[in-house]
Amino acid sequence: MTLLEVEDLTVSYRIAGGEAPAVRGVSFSLAPGSKLGVAGESGCGKSTVALALLRLLPKTARIGGSIRVDGEDVIGMRWGRLRAVRWAGASIVFQGAMHSLNAVRRVGDQIAEPILLHGTAPRSEVPERVGTLLERVGLPRWRSRSYPHELSGGQRQRVMIAMALACEPKLIVADEPTTALDVMIQAQILRLIDELVGGQGIGMLMISHDLAVLADTCDRLAVMYAGRIVEEGPAAAVVADARHPYGAALSAAFPKIGDPASRRAPRGLPGDPPDPADLPQGCSFRPRCPVAEERCAEVDPVLYPVPGGRSAACVKVRAEEAV
Amino acid sequence: MSAPAASRRAVVRARRRAALQKYARSYAENRAGLFGLAALVLAVLVAVAAPLFIPAEALSVTGAPGERFEPPGAQFPLGTDTYGRSVLDLVIWGARISLTVGFLAAFVSVALGTVIGVIAGHFGGLASNVLMRITDWFLVLPALVMAIALAAVLERSTLTIIIAIGVTSWPSTARIVRAQTLSVEARPYIERARALGGGHLHVMLRHVLPNVMPVVIAQTTLLVAEAIVMESTLSFLGLGSPGAISWGGILQDARNAGAISSGMWWYMVPPGLAIALVALSFTLCGRALEGVFNPRLRERR
Amino acid sequence: MTDTPTAGAAPPAPDAAPGARPRAGRVLRYLGGRLLTAAVSLAAVMVTSFFLFRILPGDPVAAMTEGREVSVEQMEALRREFGLDQPLWRQFLDYCAGMLRLDLGVSYEFHRPVAELVAERIGPTVLLAGTGTLIAAALGLVLGTRAAWRRGSLGDRVNSSVALLLWSVPSFWLGLLLIVVLASGTGWLPGLFPTSGMMSADTAGGLDTAIDVAHHMVLPVATMVAVVYAQYLMIMRSSVLDEMGSDYLTTARAKGLRDDLVLRRHAVPNALLPTVTLIFLNLGRVFGGVILIETVFAWPGLGSLFYSGLKVPDLPLVQALFVIFASAVIIMNLLADLVYPLLDPRVRT
Repeated sequence: MTLLEVEDLTVSYRIAGGEAPAVRGVSFSLAPGSKLGVAGESGCGKSTVALALLRLLPKTARIGGSIRVDGEDVIGMRWGRLRAVRWAGASIVFQGAMHSLNAVRRVGDQIAEPILLHGTAPRSEVPERVGTLLERVGLPRWRSRSYPHELSGGQRQRVMIAMALACEPKLIVADEPTTALDVMIQAQILRLIDELVGGQGIGMLMISHDLAVLADTCDRLAVMYAGRIVEEGPAAAVVADARHPYGAALSAAFPKIGDPASRRAPRGLPGDPPDPADLPQGCSFRPRCPVAEERCAEVDPVLYPVPGGRSAACVKVRAEEAV
Repeated sequence: MSAPAASRRAVVRARRRAALQKYARSYAENRAGLFGLAALVLAVLVAVAAPLFIPAEALSVTGAPGERFEPPGAQFPLGTDTYGRSVLDLVIWGARISLTVGFLAAFVSVALGTVIGVIAGHFGGLASNVLMRITDWFLVLPALVMAIALAAVLERSTLTIIIAIGVTSWPSTARIVRAQTLSVEARPYIERARALGGGHLHVMLRHVLPNVMPVVIAQTTLLVAEAIVMESTLSFLGLGSPGAISWGGILQDARNAGAISSGMWWYMVPPGLAIALVALSFTLCGRALEGVFNPRLRERR
Repeated sequence: MTDTPTAGAAPPAPDAAPGARPRAGRVLRYLGGRLLTAAVSLAAVMVTSFFLFRILPGDPVAAMTEGREVSVEQMEALRREFGLDQPLWRQFLDYCAGMLRLDLGVSYEFHRPVAELVAERIGPTVLLAGTGTLIAAALGLVLGTRAAWRRGSLGDRVNSSVALLLWSVPSFWLGLLLIVVLASGTGWLPGLFPTSGMMSADTAGGLDTAIDVAHHMVLPVATMVAVVYAQYLMIMRSSVLDEMGSDYLTTARAKGLRDDLVLRRHAVPNALLPTVTLIFLNLGRVFGGVILIETVFAWPGLGSLFYSGLKVPDLPLVQALFVIFASAVIIMNLLADLVYPLLDPRVRT
């Protein structure tokens, strides 16, 4: 049974003068022990998707579609059941651990908090469990007495990971887990996540704007733009040979080490992502697309299948595959 | 820059007008602020126009129109005081002193605070250190205690009260202005102005001051509210000018005349209500102004 | 934001154990610095107090002997007795020496050592001010938190409006109102509370006295709380609102905590930090209010003593009281500086 099943998820924020659709019909699924990456620029809706999974969005957000975690419908879940599923069923590793951790409480207390709340371990065993978790992420036990500001960025991120594992969840969502970390530390953290998740059969949803990070760690990759998934498929294939122009641009933005041609190739896209409250007609990528055509202004593409277990939301793809 | 000076000035003026309009619109979004502003305008108008409809005899102690301690009735809507004067007339007349003192005291306080704050923020170094130490020390002194002491020490008059309030409330303005000066001077165009040969006075007057003004204006409004309450307190304690009619003075007369134990509510309630309403109006205006100049505060209120 | 490890952590090897912490030295230095600043402020206050009240108009000796038949020689004798015939600098030195010995002089009006008067009347003031501040702080913090959590709701708007209104009301007027309504026997609830003083003359002592004092205390404390709690409410509301957008609250919610627990365990402790400091620093205002309230309610404390002393002018008394009031504020500021690191771990290093 799939661990996570999202079908046609929509999220709209109530703003002055109407609604802004942040997520417009996203669907994907995740099997236990597999890793799915979600890539995209800021504002494409990927963090919104992450928060929506556990209904952590603010009250001004309206959710539509269906989210099923381990077979249970999250959107219609009763409040009490939702709180039980939070952290014990699925947990989140937030980005920017300096602000995601409570600055005036010791790190050990914060890791212990969900354990005590969900009763994952009896009270007397909690300190031992916290110590074990810290060691698993590569921190010494005595660190549980530290405050967040006494730790480096990498150490704080390890604490967030230890905290996410505290209640032995089946699903972990990592929202930009390595953003704002140095490259060396990034590599360490990614390796750590790989070990912990792979070894335990936990399913993982990793979100990042850094395609290189996702390419290394994930099995499958989804690229989001303006609230929709525009490309999806096995990670290596999507990065090496993206079929959607945006996916191609993203992957080209990161130079391949050792390939001089890619260093000299033009990179980056002009312009900014569209304002959710004011989306262009037809394909939302059209204003920035290097290969846009006339029909792109009329047709709003959906995900068309591409051989190799892939799909891409571009009219060109539909044309090619039809041939 | 080859544009002629006249059109440059016109551009600046047009920009300033547009900015003012933007501020006005943003102020108008705050309903409480509008209510405060309306109440204030009304109070000022009434105070200014008072001599037109209150003859001098109505306020004289000896030739008072009514009997002492008359409860509210047709002739005297708020009753009469210990000398037989109409309490309504007294309250209206009292607005003149209370508002005047409030404005002037706040003005003195803000002027002092702004000058010290700008100097401390602009010059930095030893001057700033010394000024800030003095400011901090003034902040330590309990303001009302100090004001009472000052008012008792100097001769009893309205000017004394203005000085007493002004001298004790400038420190908070000084701190805020200094912080704002530091932030303004960190902006790149200040560096450019100095590179172009702008001296200290030039930078402080033409660049820092206009940018500090918004904060100062908001502070002033809030300070007026404080000053009005403080004036009424000092007058109530008998430290104000003996002959002047102010709201605090009316309350002092009421207390001395035993109005409290006799339950003469009409003597006691109106002056205090007037103080509260005027102070509240200024506070609402001040908070609305703060919201206009600091959008972050707006969404919280 | 670069990744700069703290001492003892060297990736990828596991962290070394913490070395000896040289924090004790730093703490002592910080303490010493603050104490020194406080001492300097205190000295400045003493000097100010002396010179401030010398400007008082009127001849204290004349005021003291008013209404009594005294000869010029007797007035001269009085002047010599109180040291008023000495040159100013001599008086100043005597004053400083006296202060250092904690000898506060002799009151002109009461003919008793000022220190004795202060000892007698400091109790009632501390009782009034302390009780009032505690209740006002508790009320303000609780209501402020609730107002912030339910921002925009009817409860929040009512709370904030009432607080704003009470802040604008002069405290002495509120006191007078309460007296009229609840005490003087002519309002709606006649004679519920006594109108003045701290104690009735006819109490039996012990528990009886305590209850009687409490009975007398209700109106003055209520007045004080009404005017002061508004400030604490607005500060706390603002602090909590500042915290409410924070990411760590999302983390707390994601862990499955109930909303009220998220508020109590995470938002409030963080919001309390600036609020507690502000409460301490606000105590200066409280003293001003105490003088007023004691005067209105004839409460036998230091405030009413100060006010009555100003009229004479009872120089030793008002000088000493001024210094005492200012010192209390200085000490409170010092306490605020010392307490804050205990509450906020980020400041301790």
